[in-house]
Amino acid sequence: MAISKTVEGPQAGCAGVQSGMTLMLGGFGLCGIPECSIAELVKLGTKDLTCISNNAGVDDFGLGLLLQKRQIRKMISSYVGENDEFERQMLSGELEVDLIPQGSLAERCRAGGSGIPAFFTPAGYGTEVAEGKEVREFDGKPHILESALTADFAFVKAWKGDSAGNLVFKATARNFNPMMAMAGKITVAEVEELVPLGALDPNEIHLPGIFVQRIFQGAHYDKRIEQRTVQTRETA
Amino acid sequence: MLDKNGIAKRIAQEVRNGWYVNLGIGIPTLVANFIPEGMEVEFQSENGILGMGPFPMDGDEDADLINAGKQTITAMPGAVYFDSATSFAMIRGRHVQLTVLGAMEVAQNGDIANWKIPGKMVKGMGGAMDLVASAENIIVAMMHTNRAGASKLLPSCSLPLTGVGCVKRVVTNLAVMDIKDGAFHLVERAPGVTVQDIAAATAGKLVIPENVPEMNID
Repeated sequence: MAISKTVEGPQAGCAGVQSGMTLMLGGFGLCGIPECSIAELVKLGTKDLTCISNNAGVDDFGLGLLLQKRQIRKMISSYVGENDEFERQMLSGELEVDLIPQGSLAERCRAGGSGIPAFFTPAGYGTEVAEGKEVREFDGKPHILESALTADFAFVKAWKGDSAGNLVFKATARNFNPMMAMAGKITVAEVEELVPLGALDPNEIHLPGIFVQRIFQGAHYDKRIEQRTVQTRETA
Repeated sequence: MLDKNGIAKRIAQEVRNGWYVNLGIGIPTLVANFIPEGMEVEFQSENGILGMGPFPMDGDEDADLINAGKQTITAMPGAVYFDSATSFAMIRGRHVQLTVLGAMEVAQNGDIANWKIPGKMVKGMGGAMDLVASAENIIVAMMHTNRAGASKLLPSCSLPLTGVGCVKRVVTNLAVMDIKDGAFHLVERAPGVTVQDIAAATAGKLVIPENVPEMNID
């Protein structure tokens, strides 16, 4: 019989998060971010968090909400624009920032969840990203050694999921969510729709439930768009 | 002299049937507008889509469907979504045939700088370092000079590097240049631009062949 991971909601999902912990948060920009868990983390008020996330949200949404309350001590990201409060905290030295090439960030999470402690990649060779890292040539091309990333908690967002923790993502909201789910000691998945066990076709599940420890159905998704870009019907 | 659309139009001529192409933010994004009808080309965006289509019609935008510039987009028939690790496997694994991206500086040895200006807010490199480190075919799309009028084609980059020795071709508002043997090699002039104009705007070593044709971008 399938192992049930279902919890009541974000409060139960975030239970056990403590100050000083390392968290992973899925999403690319504001697309596919775990909105409900972030809101709960703001309520919890835990401090000195290290957050691993591709981006840092905007001033009033996503991880920007945790930044506003100064709950984050360190961000590990690939791109952190579009956030004035982030900039202020970074320039004043309140916030430590580790910038990582996006593909290396994704692979470091994947490695962390896959039992691979480190890997060589060409990305960043010859740049400041390579400082202090081992360099080795393969096929005559230099590569740098990047280490795996793991987290105390990983918070991810999916479109659909079942009580076994199996997840299906929608469109480009998948992004970092699957690798971060793999790399969390406790992975909390929030889904738009929690479906009955057996309702998901096993052929079409994107992330096996073994990587998920808790799952709940989120409510009131805001799903903000950062760059609404459209064609007007008149000119098209 | 070319405008941004002209640069994009010229780069579109480099795209071949059957290629997967990654277009960066800014001028590179415009390249998609000039791909000939019927050509089999798929656009990859590193946040997790192959088969990216045009911007949606007003009202059809979907918060779950964006490109790497976080703009709302559409998906073409045959499109596919995937996670970020798979996306960069496509890029690092050289399954993408062409990468087009912008730059602040390009050096005559193929170095590129496009992510950080010391003393200014650092936003991060995003996927640029992965893209330039791995792509076999990298074309830089940019203006020949910066806003202060200084050349962006240099003997060596002054800004922090994004990648080393990786750029093969540069298309600017003034010219098409190839990078090889530690120099910019002039290939074509933009309409109405002289070889002297290009030489004056290029700080790096410029090799000028006897015959430099004008671009054909009709």
